Amino acid sequence: MKIHEYQAKEIFADAKIPVSSGEIATTPVEAYEVAKRFNQPVMVKAQVHVGGRGKAGGIKYAENAEAAKVLAQQILGMDLKGLTVKKVLITQAEDIISESYVGIILDRSTKKPVIMVSSAGGVDIEEVAAKTPEKIFKLYVDPIEGLKKYQARNLAYKLYRDIKQVRKAADIISKLYDVYWEVDASLVEINPLITNTAGEVIALDAKINIDDNGLYRQPVIATMRDLNEEDPYEEEAREGDLSFVKLDGSIGCIVNGAGLAMTTMDLVKRYGGEPANFLDIGGSSNPRKVVSAMKIILSEPKVRSILINIFGGITRCDDVANGIVAAFKELNPNVPVVVRLTGTNEKEAAKILKAVNLPTANTIDEVVKKAIELANLE
Amino acid sequence: MSIFINKKTKLIVQGITGRDGSFHAEQMKKYGTDVVAGVTPGKGGTTVADIPVFNTMEEAMVEIKANTSVIYVPPAYAVDAIYEAVDAGIKTVVCITEGVPANDMMKVYAYVKEKGARLIGPNCPGLISPGESKVGIMPGTIVKKGNIGVVSRSGTLTYEAIWALTLADMGQSTCIGIGGDQVIGTNFIDCLDAFEKDRSTKAIVMIGEIGGSDEETAAKFIKKNVTKPVVAFIAGQTAPPGKRMGHAGAIISGGSGTAADKIAALNKVGIPVAGSPTEIPDILKDLMKKAKQKKASTKTKK
Repeated sequence: MKIHEYQAKEIFADAKIPVSSGEIATTPVEAYEVAKRFNQPVMVKAQVHVGGRGKAGGIKYAENAEAAKVLAQQILGMDLKGLTVKKVLITQAEDIISESYVGIILDRSTKKPVIMVSSAGGVDIEEVAAKTPEKIFKLYVDPIEGLKKYQARNLAYKLYRDIKQVRKAADIISKLYDVYWEVDASLVEINPLITNTAGEVIALDAKINIDDNGLYRQPVIATMRDLNEEDPYEEEAREGDLSFVKLDGSIGCIVNGAGLAMTTMDLVKRYGGEPANFLDIGGSSNPRKVVSAMKIILSEPKVRSILINIFGGITRCDDVANGIVAAFKELNPNVPVVVRLTGTNEKEAAKILKAVNLPTANTIDEVVKKAIELANLE
Repeated sequence: MSIFINKKTKLIVQGITGRDGSFHAEQMKKYGTDVVAGVTPGKGGTTVADIPVFNTMEEAMVEIKANTSVIYVPPAYAVDAIYEAVDAGIKTVVCITEGVPANDMMKVYAYVKEKGARLIGPNCPGLISPGESKVGIMPGTIVKKGNIGVVSRSGTLTYEAIWALTLADMGQSTCIGIGGDQVIGTNFIDCLDAFEKDRSTKAIVMIGEIGGSDEETAAKFIKKNVTKPVVAFIAGQTAPPGKRMGHAGAIISGGSGTAADKIAALNKVGIPVAGSPTEIPDILKDLMKKAKQKKASTKTKK
C-alpha cells in the first residue's frame, strides 16, 4: 500500500526524524492561508502516489502567499501521470546547501533490509544506480542483530565530513531503520535529505511503501489508504477477496490462482487477443466470488468475451459451476462466456453448467483461443 | 526416491483442528502420508481423523519423533508456529499460509538457517512425492510416479504443468511449490541442487513468474551445477509494471523482475522456456532424448 508524502512525514515526525512537515491545503484559498501563516517562501507540492512529481510540474516554489494561491490553483485538479491532484502540501522553502539520498528496502536475494545512501540526492535514484552506481553505498543489515550505531555512522560519513552533520545523519538513519520495522514497510525513503544554511539536516521529502501483509497489525496506517489513488474496481475486488488488476484489452479473464491467471493473460496475448484484466478468485470455492468477479469484469465496456479458466485442486469445479449459473441469473451477461473447468468434481460441474448452455473447453489453450474467436464475432 | 519428503516423512500438522488443517490432514493421511500428530493449543487430547492432537509441539515431540511439520495457521500466528516447530527439533517445516508479513519472514529465515532446518514457503501449496508422501494441499489425483522433478512459485499453474506431464505419461519424482512471496524459505537453487543429487530425478521443470531475481540466479546455478535437462515456464509476460499480480512477490519493481529478463537469462544458458505449460512435456521429451543420445555417443567414443 502506498501513502502520501504528508502521511509519511507524519510518521517520520513521530519518530523524531527532522522533516519539513508543512500543512495540507485542498483549495487555493487554504494554500494562501497556510503560506500567509508561514510568512516566508514556500513549496507547493502535489500529493499523489507517483514519483517524479517535480519533473511533471507538480512541485513549485512560491515566493509568497499570493503566489502559493496561484500555484495551488494550477496544481490542484492537475493530472499527474494518470492521477488527479486533490491535495497539496505547503512546506517552508529551505536554503539548500546539499541534497542526499537515504533509503531502506527489502532485498529479496539476501533476505535482508538494505540501507542505501548517496550524495546524489534529489534525483531519481534508479537513474543514479544505472549511470553512476559508484555513488551509492549499501549496507545489508542482519535482521536479527539490527543496525549498530557505528554502522549508521559509517553510512553518514559517506554523505558528510562535518562531525555535527555526521551525528545528525547517523541518528536519522538509525531512526529510519526503526520506522522501517515498526510500520511494516517494504520501502522507506528520504530523497532528498538536505543540509541548509543553518547547518540543519532535514528530510525534505518522505516516502513509505507498506507491505500489504502487514496491514492487519497496522490499524493507524491502514486508515491512511487513499481510495482516490486506486482504481475503484480494484478496490471493489479487494473487498470481495478477489485479486484484480485492470488492463486494456477485450478478453475478460476469471481464473483460480495468481500464476495461472498471469499465464492465462499471457496466452490471450500469444493467441492474438488482448487481456482485459488479471483476476484471481483464489482458492475458496465460494460461488459468490464468481458472481462478484463477473460483475466487475462486465462493468468494462471494452470487454467482448469472458473466459473462465479453473484448475480445481482444492477448489471444487461444481462450486464454481454453481457460481457461474448464479452469475448468469443475476447479471445476464451481454457478452459470450466460455468455460474450462478441469479437476475436482469436473463431471458434476459439467452437469450443472448444462443449465446455462455455454461453450466449453478442455484445456487452457483451448479456452483462450475460443474466447478470442467469440470476441472477434462480436 | 525424492527430495525433502519421502516414505520416511513423519508429519505433524500445526493448526490441525482449524477448517483447512482438519480437511488437509485427512487428505494427506488418505494419500498415504505418515501423519503422526497434530497441534492446536487447547485441543490436546482430542483427535482429528484418528490423528492424536497435542497442545504444543514440545508435548507432541516428547511422545512422537516427527521430522516434518506443515502449518495451516492464519497469518497472525504462522511465524510463531514456524519458530515453535524449529525449536522443537523439526527439520523440515512447510508453511502453507498466505499473508505473512515480509519483514517477519526476514527474521524467520535467518533463524531457521542458523538452526540448520529447512523452511518451505510461506504462501505455498507444499510438496508431493508421488507414491511416497504428500505434505500440503497439492491434489494427489493429478500426479503420477516418475522421474521428473517439478519446482514452482505457483499453485494451480503448477497443477496445470503436472497434469500435462501426467497426461504425457511423464511421471514425477517430487513436485514442490516454493511459494509466491518475496521472502521464502527455500528458493529455486535449493530445489535444483536437491534434484541434481536425487538419483530418481532425471529431468527438471522450473516454473517461475515476475518479481525478484530467483530465476536469473537459478539460470546461473544450472549452468554451473546442473547436468540434468531443464525446461522452464515463466508467467507474467503481460503483467504491467509496478502492480502486484496476486502473489506478494509477483511485482515488477523499478523495471526489474520482468518475465522478459527471466526468459532471456534462461535462454542465455541454454534452458528452453515453453510458450504454454501444455508444451512443457514435448520440449522435455526432446531434451531428454538428446541428452540420452549424447550420453550414448560419448560412451561409444570411449
